[in-house]
Amino acid sequence: MAKLRSASELKKFRKDILAGRDPARPCVTLCLGTGCLACGGEQVHRAFIDEIARQGLVGKVDVRRTGCHGFCERGPLAVVFPREICYLKVTAADVPEIVSETLVHDRIVERLLYQGDDGKKIVHENEIPFYKHQSRVILGANRLIDPNRIEDYIALGGYSALAKALFVMTPEEVLDEVKRSGLRGRGGAGFPTGKKWETTRDAHGETKYVVVNADEGDPGAYMNRSVLEGNPHSVIEGLIIGAYAIGARHGYVYVRQEYPLAVANLTVALEQARDLGLLGDNILGSDYCFDVAVHRGAGAFVSGESSALMAAIEGRVGEPRPKYVRTAISGLWGKPTNLNNVETWANVPAIINRGADWFGDIGTAGSKGTKIFSLVGKVKNTGLVEVPMGTPLRRIIYDIGGGISSGKEFKAVQTGGPSGGCLPAAHLDLPVDFEALERAGSMMGSGGMIVMDEGTCMVDTARYFVQFLSEESCGKCVPCREGLKRMLRILTGICAGRGRPGDIDLLEELGEVMSEASLCALGTTAANPLLSTLRYFRDEYEAHIQEKRCPAGACKELIRYHIVPEKCQACMICARSCPAAAISGAKGQVHVIDQSKCTKCGVCLEVCPSRFAAVAKISGKPVPAPVAAGTRIQGKK
Amino acid sequence: METIQLEIDGKKVEAERGTTLLQAARKAGIEIPTLCHDDRLAPFGACRLCLVEIDRGGRKRLVASCAYEVEDGLVVKTVTEKIVKIRRMIVELLLAEATTGPLEVLAEKYGLKGSRFKGDEPACFLCGLCVRYCAEVKKKDITCFIGRGIGREVAFPSDLARSACPLCRECLPLCPSGAWYSLYLKGYEGMPEEAGPRPGA
Repeated sequence: MAKLRSASELKKFRKDILAGRDPARPCVTLCLGTGCLACGGEQVHRAFIDEIARQGLVGKVDVRRTGCHGFCERGPLAVVFPREICYLKVTAADVPEIVSETLVHDRIVERLLYQGDDGKKIVHENEIPFYKHQSRVILGANRLIDPNRIEDYIALGGYSALAKALFVMTPEEVLDEVKRSGLRGRGGAGFPTGKKWETTRDAHGETKYVVVNADEGDPGAYMNRSVLEGNPHSVIEGLIIGAYAIGARHGYVYVRQEYPLAVANLTVALEQARDLGLLGDNILGSDYCFDVAVHRGAGAFVSGESSALMAAIEGRVGEPRPKYVRTAISGLWGKPTNLNNVETWANVPAIINRGADWFGDIGTAGSKGTKIFSLVGKVKNTGLVEVPMGTPLRRIIYDIGGGISSGKEFKAVQTGGPSGGCLPAAHLDLPVDFEALERAGSMMGSGGMIVMDEGTCMVDTARYFVQFLSEESCGKCVPCREGLKRMLRILTGICAGRGRPGDIDLLEELGEVMSEASLCALGTTAANPLLSTLRYFRDEYEAHIQEKRCPAGACKELIRYHIVPEKCQACMICARSCPAAAISGAKGQVHVIDQSKCTKCGVCLEVCPSRFAAVAKISGKPVPAPVAAGTRIQGKK
Repeated sequence: METIQLEIDGKKVEAERGTTLLQAARKAGIEIPTLCHDDRLAPFGACRLCLVEIDRGGRKRLVASCAYEVEDGLVVKTVTEKIVKIRRMIVELLLAEATTGPLEVLAEKYGLKGSRFKGDEPACFLCGLCVRYCAEVKKKDITCFIGRGIGREVAFPSDLARSACPLCRECLPLCPSGAWYSLYLKGYEGMPEEAGPRPGA
C-alpha cells in the first residue's frame, strides 16, 4: 500500500474504495467477536465460505467478518446486506438455507428472525427492541467493519477526523473542541478529558506520552474488549488526534494478554495504519510524527490504575504509588503522560468530525455523550448496550435487556464493577450518569452492569466482590490488604452462619477506614460493594447473623432441603437424581433426605414435578423430623 | 535550597522545598507515627499511619506525610478525630498479625488492649523495609515481594541468599514485626559451611 501524503489523497483513497463496491451486491456480515466465536461463529463462517463455493457464488456475494454487534445472548449473529436482514443464533446447519434462500433468491428465512414476546417476527437489527432503544455512536460501526481491513474503516469516513485535526485545526483548537464537548473519562472516575489533556500539554518537558488503558478487568465487563476487537482504528485515530493536541510523539496501548483477539486485531490495525502513512513520520504528509507500541499486560487487575499501569509498562511490578504528583505531569519514565480508557479515545474522532455541540447535546448536564454498558446477569438480553448518558436504569434493564430472565423478581443491579455498588428496585428510575450513580452509593465505573434477581443473596454478592479484590489488590498498603482480608473472613463467616452480633458495626468501621486511608483508588473504593449492600439490604445481613437465615436461599450453609411428607407422591425422580444418594424411599413410600449426606446441590428441588412441589428449601428454621422409614404416602393405599 | 513556610498543628514551620511533610514535622519536634518509613529509603506510603490532614484553600484531604512534599502556606493537622480513628484501626489490624515492640507502643498510645480480629501465626506486616533496604541501599535486590493481594509475601530465595547476600545483616533490626528474622534464617537452611557463618551465630 502506498502511503497517503495529504488529506486529499485520503479522500481519493476513500472514493476509490467506495467506487469499487456495489451496494446492491449481497454481503453477509458475521459477528465474530469473542462472544459469537465462543458459540460457534468460526464454524458458521467456514460454512458460508464452503456453501458459497458449492453454490457457485464466488465473486458474486461477499462474506465479511466483523467484531461484536452487541446482542451476545442471541449469537452467532449474521446480517445480510443490502436488506440488512438479521439472523440470530445461526448454526453451520442453517447456512445452506441462508445462501440459497436469502443470497440467491432474496427470500427471508423466517425461523432465524427475532421473535418478540407478541410472536411478531422482526427482520431488521435496528427494529429489535434490544437495539431500538440504543444510540450506538461508538459500537454502531462494528457491524460494518472487518477489523483487519483498514479500507472498511476508511470507507465509513475513518481517519477524516484526523485529517481535519491535522490540516484544518491547530492543536489548541483540537484541545478546545474536546474541552467544550464535556467528554469525561470512561474508565471509572469520569475526569474531564480535555482538562486532563491540557495538564499534560502544559506540563514541563519536551517528551510526552499518551496511553490507551485497555486493562479492562471488572467481572462481567467486556465493552473495551469489543471496541478494540471490532473497531481498533477508532481508538487509534482518537489516540493520534489526542497526541497531536497534547504534543506527544509516542503512545502505548496497554492491553490484557487475556484478550488475544484484541491484541491481534490491534496489531494488524497499527501495521495497516503505518503502511498508509497514518502513523509514523509525517502523518498524511504533515509535519506531525507519532507512533504507538503495544504493551501486553500480564493480568493484574490493579494494573488498570494509572500509576501501576505505567510502572508495568516501564517493566516494574504493576503497583500504585502515592500520586501526589499526577501522572499527567510525571508519568512514564517521569515524563508527562496522558492516559485514557479505550472508550474515551474512541469518542474523540466523532467529536472532532461532528463537533463539540453535537456531542454536548447528548446526555445530561454533567455527563455528555453515550456510554457503553455490558449488561449481564439475570437479564433476558445479555450483551453490549450503548445509550445516552442519563438513560434510566429501567430502560436499560427492561426495554433493552428484556427484563429478568429467571421469571423471578428484580432485586438489584450492580454497576461500576468491584468499585461500584448494588442498587435496589427503588432506584430503577435513576438516570445513569456519573453524579446520580455516585449519590446513590454506586458508580459509573467502566460500564459493568450485573442484574440480580430475588435468588441472589446480597451478603454473598458483597463477599464475592471482596474476595475478587482481596486477590486482585496489589497488597501494598495496610488498609486495603488487611482490611479486605478481615472483611472477607467476616463476610464468609456470615454466609456460613457464623456471624456474630457486632459484625456489621465492625464491617462498617473497616469500610470507612479503607475508603479514607488506602493508597489508591482500588483501595478507597474496595468497600463500596459492602457499604452499598449494607445501605440497601441491611435486613439480609441481620437475618444471616441473628436468625442464621439466608432470605434469598442462596447461602449453602444456611439452607436445608426437605421433602414435605404430605406432598410427596413417591415418584422416585428425586431419589434417582440425587448425586449424593442422600434420598431414601421406595414406591409408595415417602421419600426422605438424609441431611448428613445432602450436599445441597438443589437437584431434588429442580426435578420434583411442579404439580407435586414436594421439595422445600428451608432457611432459618429447623428441618422437621424425618418420617419413619417405610411411611406410606398419603392419598394412595 | 529554597525555604518555605507552612503551618503544622498551629505551629509555624520552615522547611526546604522538596522535603516531605513528615520531615518538616519531625524537624519541628512534632511526632507522626510510621512503620514503613526509613529516612534512607524512598517514600513508600504503605502503612498509612503517617496520614495527616492538609488544608488548601478550605479543601481538606488526607495525605501520607512521608510522600507528600511541603508547600508554601499549607496548613497541616497531624491529629484529628478521623486520623486517630484510622491509626487505631491500622494498629488493630496489625496487632492481629504480630505483637512486637514498636506495635505495642502504638497500641498503648491509641488505647488498644488487643485486637477484635483473630490472629493466626505471627505474620509479616509487609512494610517492605527489608526489601527496599536491600534494593535501595545495598543495591542487591535479594529479598523481594511475591504474590499480590492478601497472598502477598516477602521472600528470601535461598539460592540468591547463598550466591549474593553480603551477610551484612543490616536488614535484621529494620523489621517491625519480627517475621524477617525467621525468614532470613530459613534462607540459609542447608547452606554449606564454606558459605560463611550463619546469621546469629
